[in-house]
Amino acid sequence: MKKLRTIVQIVFTIITNGYLYGFLQGKIYRGGLKYACVPGLNCYSCPGAIASCPVGALQALLNQQGFSVPFSALGFFFLFGSLLGRFVCGWLCPFGLVQDLLHRIPIFSKQKRLPFHHWLVYGKYISLFGFVGLGSMVLFGGFAKIPAFCKYICPSGTLLGALPLLTANEMLRSQVGGLFFWKFGLLLLIIVLSLKVYRPFCQYLCPLGAIYGWFNRFSLVQVHWENDRCTFCGACEKACPVALSVREISHSPECIRCGKCIGACPRKCLYF
Amino acid sequence: MHFWKHSKKRNHFPAWIWGVFAGIVFFGLGAAGGQFAVVWRKAVMLCMECIGIG
Repeated sequence: MKKLRTIVQIVFTIITNGYLYGFLQGKIYRGGLKYACVPGLNCYSCPGAIASCPVGALQALLNQQGFSVPFSALGFFFLFGSLLGRFVCGWLCPFGLVQDLLHRIPIFSKQKRLPFHHWLVYGKYISLFGFVGLGSMVLFGGFAKIPAFCKYICPSGTLLGALPLLTANEMLRSQVGGLFFWKFGLLLLIIVLSLKVYRPFCQYLCPLGAIYGWFNRFSLVQVHWENDRCTFCGACEKACPVALSVREISHSPECIRCGKCIGACPRKCLYF
Repeated sequence: MHFWKHSKKRNHFPAWIWGVFAGIVFFGLGAAGGQFAVVWRKAVMLCMECIGIG
């Protein structure tokens, strides 16, 4: 299951960032596929991105003059969320893949959660309502609305968008300022944390995780549990990268459907 | 929080189908309001803010 998930993550990341010309020229794809969004956090300013980022799309709609309900972004969230829930995070998100790979590097002793985990998990809701929502709707300096999450937080934008573009485009390099160094510092912090803690950005900061987590309770893709056959041995909880108990698996907003619990269950009473 | 458990028993369709249906309706409303074009315009221009420059 672990191998299959890694293959799916890599293949999906390559397909959705397959505009190689963009990487070579330091430019971005401008075709019709960008009317649609990918399910995961994938910056649309990544030179290879062939579709839009759902969080970026939501902010672009909230940045419009006046206020209109961002129906098209909600459409993507309801469609992907109702079908997949946080399976998107576990299997289809490029930044999730980056954190997974970093966590496999045997440098520090590994831990599943940060101290104060139960408080920190609310960070992703602050990120969603504060930065993506309110931050995108208010005027910045009384002048214009800004995509606040993209601008101040999103490490995916820095890694997948800024770094490849700055590498290939000399004109952009000359414009780098303090904001870039803030975002680069945040990216470095998340990279270092990922070496020790499992997916710190997904657990504590990702607004997309907060949205898909809401759908986990009733999405089509679920981890089913046959409780009458379960011996409560705790193998699934031990294997779960975010330390969910067997009763929490699948329905919890923290479950990313990675399937490690399924592989760990000795009686095979967990399955997709 | 028990709403979904009860709703499952009363409704013939599981909740995820209602979610997909809502998604399709939202797509239609978004398309009617020209929102896909707004997203496309943002996505095809280099977003300086997104890459931490603007």
